[in-house]
Amino acid sequence: MPAYNQSMYLELDKVIETNKGQKGAVMMTLQSAQDIFGHVPKDVQIRIAEGLGVPLSEVYGVATFYSQFALDPRGQYIIGVCLGTACYVKGSKDVLDKVVETLATPVGKTSPDGLFTIKDTRCLGACGLAPVMMINDDVYGRLVPADIPGILNKYRA
Amino acid sequence: MNMITLTIDGVEVTVPAGSTVLEAARAAGIRIPTLCYMKDINEIGACRLCVVDTGARAWQAACVAPAAEGMKVKTNTPALRAARKTNLELLLSNHDKKCLSCVRSTNCELQKLCREYGVDDENRYAGATTSHPEDFGSAAIVRDNSKCVLCRRCVAVCSKIQNVGVIGAINRGFNTSIASPWNMSLGETACINCGQCIAVCPTGALTERDDTAKVFEAIADPTKHVVVQPAPAVRAALGEEFGLPMGTSVTGKMAAALRRLGFDKVFDTDFAADLTIMEEGYELIGRIKNGGTLPMITSCSPGWIKFCEHNYPEFLDNLSSCKSPHEMMGAIVKSYYAEKAGIDPKDIFVVSVMPCTAKKFERMRPEMNNEVDVVITTRELARMIKNSGIDFTELPDEDFDEMLGDSTGAGVIFGATGGVMEAALRTAYEVVTGKTLEKVEFEAVRGLEGIKEATIDLEGTPISVAVAHSTGAASKLLDMVKAGEKNYTFIEVMGCPGGCVNGGGQPIVSPEERVKKDPKVLRAKALYSEDEAKTIRKSHENPSIQKLYAEFLGEPNSHKAHELLHTHYTARPKY
Repeated sequence: MPAYNQSMYLELDKVIETNKGQKGAVMMTLQSAQDIFGHVPKDVQIRIAEGLGVPLSEVYGVATFYSQFALDPRGQYIIGVCLGTACYVKGSKDVLDKVVETLATPVGKTSPDGLFTIKDTRCLGACGLAPVMMINDDVYGRLVPADIPGILNKYRA
Repeated sequence: MNMITLTIDGVEVTVPAGSTVLEAARAAGIRIPTLCYMKDINEIGACRLCVVDTGARAWQAACVAPAAEGMKVKTNTPALRAARKTNLELLLSNHDKKCLSCVRSTNCELQKLCREYGVDDENRYAGATTSHPEDFGSAAIVRDNSKCVLCRRCVAVCSKIQNVGVIGAINRGFNTSIASPWNMSLGETACINCGQCIAVCPTGALTERDDTAKVFEAIADPTKHVVVQPAPAVRAALGEEFGLPMGTSVTGKMAAALRRLGFDKVFDTDFAADLTIMEEGYELIGRIKNGGTLPMITSCSPGWIKFCEHNYPEFLDNLSSCKSPHEMMGAIVKSYYAEKAGIDPKDIFVVSVMPCTAKKFERMRPEMNNEVDVVITTRELARMIKNSGIDFTELPDEDFDEMLGDSTGAGVIFGATGGVMEAALRTAYEVVTGKTLEKVEFEAVRGLEGIKEATIDLEGTPISVAVAHSTGAASKLLDMVKAGEKNYTFIEVMGCPGGCVNGGGQPIVSPEERVKKDPKVLRAKALYSEDEAKTIRKSHENPSIQKLYAEFLGEPNSHKAHELLHTHYTARPKY
């Protein structure tokens, strides 16, 4: 778990103060909160609800409506396995399954060591390399499931 | 006022500028079907059943489309009817369609619309469906999202009217559902169990927790002495479940029905309302005389109490320590009545029939010592009567049983907003001044204004009072008190808009019907008429109450009364 410190909460309070009463305040505040904390955990959402004077159910509704918001801490490395048409027919589902199996972590979640978050993505625009996976900014192409453990190990060093 | 004229289905209508097409159509006497729409609080154009042809490129949702000068609107063309039918079939594609076993069958807006628009294949768009476990975690409210049409009426009433806001739309697209944050059960949230969400649900997605089986079981158990008590507001609404016009008082038939269901004693919560006035009235006088915490706030409404515990814990000392009337009755039945009747209290089973879902939670509070064994709502009682083959409308009028069945006009009006205040004032006036109150009606505290205020002169001691109904209105009132803007001696709060007559356990009236006849008004009228017809209209003049004090309790607020009839409150977290 990443460490939160008091200054993060003070920064959030300032954002809440600025946005309070504005149109779209919940959305704007959640975006800033995600920048500050890396994700929007429960206590942060409660602070936003209290601060803006809106129901927590509304804050949570917005946070779960937009895929940009992460409710759980995200890993140091974001793994995106492409499930676009070209990658899919080239077997990217098997690649994704291998990632899930190797990390023992479901899609959308973060591995227990906090290192990796697994995501399935739309087309990454590298169909010639299908099936494609990205880890942060690194691109891996023409994958077979057997490649996965070795690639992941490089990030564990 | 700026007026505009438009034509709807060939009918010319003039309406204030700013009206929607739907409002204009209603003014012209043309019915456009609605499902998600609730005037002022849920105008979101989501369900698309009110689509109309305004001549614009695309059809508009009449509930949100502004009416314009010279506009020509068509609401009833073959294409529009077909579109509405398709919309309904699409709603059904993710609906469980178990109408035969649904408690809302025959009273379901979705079902009714499907019949009206000639849906002839409920599986036309069969495909993937979302799956949601039913939420059974609340003592009062059951949510079954497989019947939810995502109209968001429950969300609107919870946050905008009640200021509770524990439900919302979560996730997105196909995965959208109405739930509490982090999919918490309602029972884990600051839900106050008021049941207003049930009252506005068009389908069976939100229902009360059905406790009728426990009541039938107790009645069938020969070792149990089963006592029943209906709340004041029940008699003003129960008839609606049997086709009687809204506002029909069915007190006598209700007593007869309860007897035929097999209850051993049919007592009346109205009696306990009179008892509440004695305890609460004397508590108020005591607080005024002895410098106790003021304003004192009424404590009859368990939805309001839980709301206060979660959201305004700083006001807990202001709450009257009186239990709510049906809990007082439970305590008296298992002590005084048990003693008089020579029955072991542990063999007595007390059933409360309430207009209220929050009473189901209240009953389970440890402070209440299981004095009431089961709470059922008005709707559940109707279900039991139907289930037992009792022809309700043909029943004769009968009386309640003696000892704990007599009540005054003051007890009856407890079911309407302002009623507890009025009943308390009738008694407080006479106790404080020692004079007879000639005019018993306190008109200033009656009616449907959000917050009502009055100053009552108790012969030299003016006391200022306020009445709020709905927890949303109560929040506004308490915020003003907190800010020092207002100063009162006595405040009545009822958790539901209009008070108990419009409680979350009452027969369901759709928003469309509510536009034509307001149950808050008509049911309250039934109670005030009963009050007027009573010879005794002040709680302290109830002979059975006087006897109860003389034989058993001693004085109001005596040690024994405190033990049996008073309680305390617990601050609860908001999240």
